[in-house]
Amino acid sequence: MTGLRRREVVSNLLKNRDDDLLVISGLGSSCWDLCNAGDALRNFYVWGAMGGAAMIGYGVARTQPGKRVLVITGDGDMLMGMGAFATIASNPVRNLAILVLDNGRFGETGGQPTHTESGADLAGIAKASGIPTTATIRTESALSELEDLALRMPGPVAVVVKVLYEELKFVLPSNDGGFLKDRFRTAILGEGGEGAV
Amino acid sequence: MGKSRFLAQETLPKDIPTMTETVPDWPADVYATLRAEGITQVCHVPDAGHSALIRECEADSDLSVVTLTTEEEGVYMLAGAWLGGEKGVLLLQSSGVGNIMNALAMPNTCRIPILMIATMRGEWGEFNSWQVPMGQGAPACLEAMGVRVHRIDRAEETAPAVKAAARLAFDSLQMAAVLISQKVLGFKDFRELAK
Repeated sequence: MTGLRRREVVSNLLKNRDDDLLVISGLGSSCWDLCNAGDALRNFYVWGAMGGAAMIGYGVARTQPGKRVLVITGDGDMLMGMGAFATIASNPVRNLAILVLDNGRFGETGGQPTHTESGADLAGIAKASGIPTTATIRTESALSELEDLALRMPGPVAVVVKVLYEELKFVLPSNDGGFLKDRFRTAILGEGGEGAV
Repeated sequence: MGKSRFLAQETLPKDIPTMTETVPDWPADVYATLRAEGITQVCHVPDAGHSALIRECEADSDLSVVTLTTEEEGVYMLAGAWLGGEKGVLLLQSSGVGNIMNALAMPNTCRIPILMIATMRGEWGEFNSWQVPMGQGAPACLEAMGVRVHRIDRAEETAPAVKAAARLAFDSLQMAAVLISQKVLGFKDFRELAK
């Protein structure tokens, strides 16, 4: 079997991360991918909110302009929230990148094909919605561009990485939303950040 | 399109205020309340009833107003904004309440404060029957998802209700909504519009 493997893509991308990178996952496989790459205080794991990952990241990016915000999600989540591309493009932020790991499947529910499998082009949709920098990565050689796109290029960026459909072991972070929220806020806002502002 | 075309001016029963009769100027008061409560993020799917408040917010260079394609984007954006340390408000119409149901699961389970101001349709003097089911169902839907609902039907109650809802949301980490009745907003007079 050839093709890009999602866990390797995410782990390699995050292996040299610094404190100025905030990472928001989508639900399901991309959440387990993020946890598998190494838990971090500046990760926010999303266990639900299907269709919402890009907008959660956008909200963080709007309020933390000095930090890079990276959303790592799947094609199913992004297909449900495609309007986010138009919303983000209409009020763009320079510190946001959205990485879609596109395996063409609803991976958590039995591997049913998604609309990208039948031709929907998420990078094309992002571009047509006004996202200024978009790309689709399909090969190992093209993967060398991912780090720049995801971590450095002026946003908003939408990059789709076509990955294999694999049935992988779940790597579960805490599912306590209140804890995850307080932990993330404290990491970026300092002590007392868990409470009200 | 002028305000008068949206609002029943001549055919209103005496107890329904029009926009011009509404005192005090509730959109200006709500805007001032939002600023006083430290709101910095404003997002909306527009509604005629919110148009004056949206204009007030857009005129403020300290606020960036985001127009959404659908209301659940706003719940997620405000959840992200809270993660990043800022307070926001979602302006929506009662029809949009139906769109945000599953999105509310995130602030509910994460104990993230969410402030919403919804302008009501489908209740007081509604002409458009397509607005009735969601307008009538909005309060119960919000309550079913754990949102603390503040219903107001007098203009002068609006800003105090927004202040109370903002305090409840951000001090007690709750989801809070103010529902502004058509008694405050006036209703859209389709009979006049069709003349």
